[in-house]
Amino acid sequence: MGILVKNISKSYGKVTALSNISLDVKPGELYGLIGPDGAGKTTLFRILTTLLIADKGQATVTGFDVLSDYKSIRNSVGYMPGRFSLYQDLTVEENLNFFATIFGTSIAENYDLIKDIYVQIEPFKNRRAGKLSGGMKQKLALSCALIHKPKVLFLDEPTTGVDPVSRKEFWEMLKRLQQKGITILVSTPYMDEAALCDRIALIQGGKILEIDIPKAIVGHFLKPLYNISASNMYSLITSLTHYEHTYSVFPFGEFVHYTDKREAMNVEEIKSYLVQQGLTNIHIELTQPTIEDTFMELAK
Amino acid sequence: MMKAQNVIEVDNLSKLFGDFVAVNQISFHVKAGEIFGFLGANGAGKTTAMKMLIGISSPSSGKATVAGFDVYKQAESIKKNIGYMSQKFALYDDLTVKENITFFGGIYGLSKKQIDQKRCELVEELGLQEVTNSLVASLPLGWKQKLAFSVSLLHEPKIVFLDEPTGGVDPITRRQFWELIYKAAHNGTTIFVTTHYMDEAEYCDRVSIMVNGKIDALDTPKKLKEQYKTDTMNDVFLKLARG
Amino acid sequence: MKRFVGSVRKEFYHIFRDRRSLFILFGMPIVQILLFGFAITNEINNVDIAILDQSNDVTSKEIINKIAASKHFSILDIIQQESSIESIFKKGKVKAVLQFENNFGRHLIKEKQATVQILTDATDPNMANTISNYISSILKNYQQELNNTVSIDYQIVPQSRMVYNAELKSVYMFVPGVMTVILMLVSAMMTSISITREKEQGTMEILLVSPLKPFQVIIGKVFPYIFLSVINAIVIVLLSIFIFNVPVKGSLFLLGFESILFIITSLALGILISTISSTQQTAMMISLMGLMLPTILLSGFIFPISSMPLPLQGISNIIPAKWFIIIVKGIMLKGVGIGFLLKETLILFAMTLVFMGISVKKYKIRLE
Repeated sequence: MGILVKNISKSYGKVTALSNISLDVKPGELYGLIGPDGAGKTTLFRILTTLLIADKGQATVTGFDVLSDYKSIRNSVGYMPGRFSLYQDLTVEENLNFFATIFGTSIAENYDLIKDIYVQIEPFKNRRAGKLSGGMKQKLALSCALIHKPKVLFLDEPTTGVDPVSRKEFWEMLKRLQQKGITILVSTPYMDEAALCDRIALIQGGKILEIDIPKAIVGHFLKPLYNISASNMYSLITSLTHYEHTYSVFPFGEFVHYTDKREAMNVEEIKSYLVQQGLTNIHIELTQPTIEDTFMELAK
Repeated sequence: MMKAQNVIEVDNLSKLFGDFVAVNQISFHVKAGEIFGFLGANGAGKTTAMKMLIGISSPSSGKATVAGFDVYKQAESIKKNIGYMSQKFALYDDLTVKENITFFGGIYGLSKKQIDQKRCELVEELGLQEVTNSLVASLPLGWKQKLAFSVSLLHEPKIVFLDEPTGGVDPITRRQFWELIYKAAHNGTTIFVTTHYMDEAEYCDRVSIMVNGKIDALDTPKKLKEQYKTDTMNDVFLKLARG
Repeated sequence: MKRFVGSVRKEFYHIFRDRRSLFILFGMPIVQILLFGFAITNEINNVDIAILDQSNDVTSKEIINKIAASKHFSILDIIQQESSIESIFKKGKVKAVLQFENNFGRHLIKEKQATVQILTDATDPNMANTISNYISSILKNYQQELNNTVSIDYQIVPQSRMVYNAELKSVYMFVPGVMTVILMLVSAMMTSISITREKEQGTMEILLVSPLKPFQVIIGKVFPYIFLSVINAIVIVLLSIFIFNVPVKGSLFLLGFESILFIITSLALGILISTISSTQQTAMMISLMGLMLPTILLSGFIFPISSMPLPLQGISNIIPAKWFIIIVKGIMLKGVGIGFLLKETLILFAMTLVFMGISVKKYKIRLE
């Protein structure tokens, strides 16, 4: 009784936001929806939280149909929209209190669930939400989404614009919530966060590229991948872009990730090509593809 | 002359809001043509520091020059010599690509002829021929950001300040964006960039990391990783910012 | 019930933490009523005029003394020739010149008819009109006295008396109008803005994905404004009574009841506006253009409905403010009871039901 999405499509006028999306989230799973802005993640979230009606297809959340049983869904899910959607002019405590009362509960009643998160922002409980830093806003929004002990948690890009430290803490909190039996569907544009999910769906342009567990998803990257570095990054990229055998070349941290068109490629040959282009300190080695490499390959 | 090569020089710069020290005596310099990554946790004082450098906020104490101009007295000259692009505001959604280019060229005092020439180059380079007369709102986010970056370079500024330019952009476009940055740097433009993507920090020539208003680390990504004995900039950042 | 109290409390936080809405809520009513009461009044005081007395006899002198004695006018200048009239107007020193014809007194006694010309500076037509009315009424008064005392002529002089505003005090007429405008502004505009603000900030998304039923969301948001509007109504009535000495001849209780009815009508309109607009800006524009303008222009507040072209008279019937102004005038100035206001009250009531009905139908339980 997690989340079941079957052949969902949705368009806004001429723009197709989702085309024929299917996925299933098992109860208690931490499921990641990975894709850039405009991929259709928010639209899917809104359909599942009963805020939008799909043009085609069916979806259920904890067994309730998103159309006919929307009231039951609204009672049992927690939702954190992409934009910071709390009352900026209310204090931390007032926000939490308000959301507790509209769900017919109180902070004290479900304090256990939010305790971990709330203690971190409790020192600022009399501060207006609008004056909090990005990381703290996120924690407050999560507390508010959890205050009524939802069975399913929808988090739409909770870590966008948040620094790496807060992001790491946020994911640690999600892991702990998962252990308490809450099903979590989370979306993110950061590929490095994908590895923290139980299962991920890569999504772009309203289509699902691939669904798998994070470790297996890189298995969909079939070509051998090379790390190449040299003295001058810009010349390295332009040289490789113009190299006749290049299949793909992307800057990746301190290296360039390179794949070749040919089945069997010759490292020495590339090296001499690059030397010829006037590059020095050339270093080439085979490397493991990441989720991001896989995403780019599938999105091509 | 070593000094002439520094396009940004910051010496003990501070900014106070009441009792709160947002920026606490930071010092650094950025060389011409360098890609300088300016990192920090949310609320560490990055934005405040950047605002002082682009001449829209006056420092409380300390010294700073940008493109050779003093941030206290010559803010107007600074604004003429820098480009600025932020994630929040970049282009007018309700103007077409062409109108945006013309408008921004105009406010930097380019002649009509210069604007026309620049526009043709820019449209050609970004492959926007099909959409020059479309509203910017109708473009995908990645295109918008690339266009915004190119527009910020229209008046050939010495330095470009980029405030989280790639947030939410898909991985392929993000890399195309960085190729544009490399190219601009290659052509001598200094790049001053903030980002939350730590892999992007690795693309920078040098990186500074701000924690609680101070710069706690400043070096090349490689040396920082050696110094903190980690494999990625992400771990460097976590070690520093978590204290 | 707890949910309701929670929502209301939260709404009060919003209101009291936003200086702009606080000003609109409490500053505006006071500013408006004082503005209308003191500045934009049709009453005239100490208006400078000049006299050209070509007759210079006892009768004209008496009239001049009467005018000089009134607090409405002060005689700035006595001019001698007709030719000076233009120059004195051009200098802008006086608003009117009173010209007595030659042999004014003799004409009046012998021919029972004499002429005084009232020349007014019509650059301000309203003012000019008022001045000429005031002078005419002074002349009429004098003529009446004359008839009573010395006249052997039993000619009946028609007497015109203003029934409900005998002292010609325009502030009396403004109070009901201003009260209507303010209640409309606060109730309709403020609620529509506060609801659309939730849409704009994205908080409406969270409220929708909660067990709160739509009507609970709305009632929670609207209730504080009923309360605040009632306070406003009280402030306005108190200001009128104690600063402008406007009487409340009818029942205060009835006035309160009708005000609450009108507040609810306005709130229903505000909710309706919020269902069709997605941003605060749109809500504000619709409230101002669609509600405020008709309320000010077509309700009989400033321009009498009877002098409007027929199509506009028709339109004025669907403007709730028209009916409320009739009710308030009735209670405050005429002192009538509910019996005389039944029709207006029922119309307002029906309008409220219609607005509520449309709002409920239009209210979206989802986005889009």
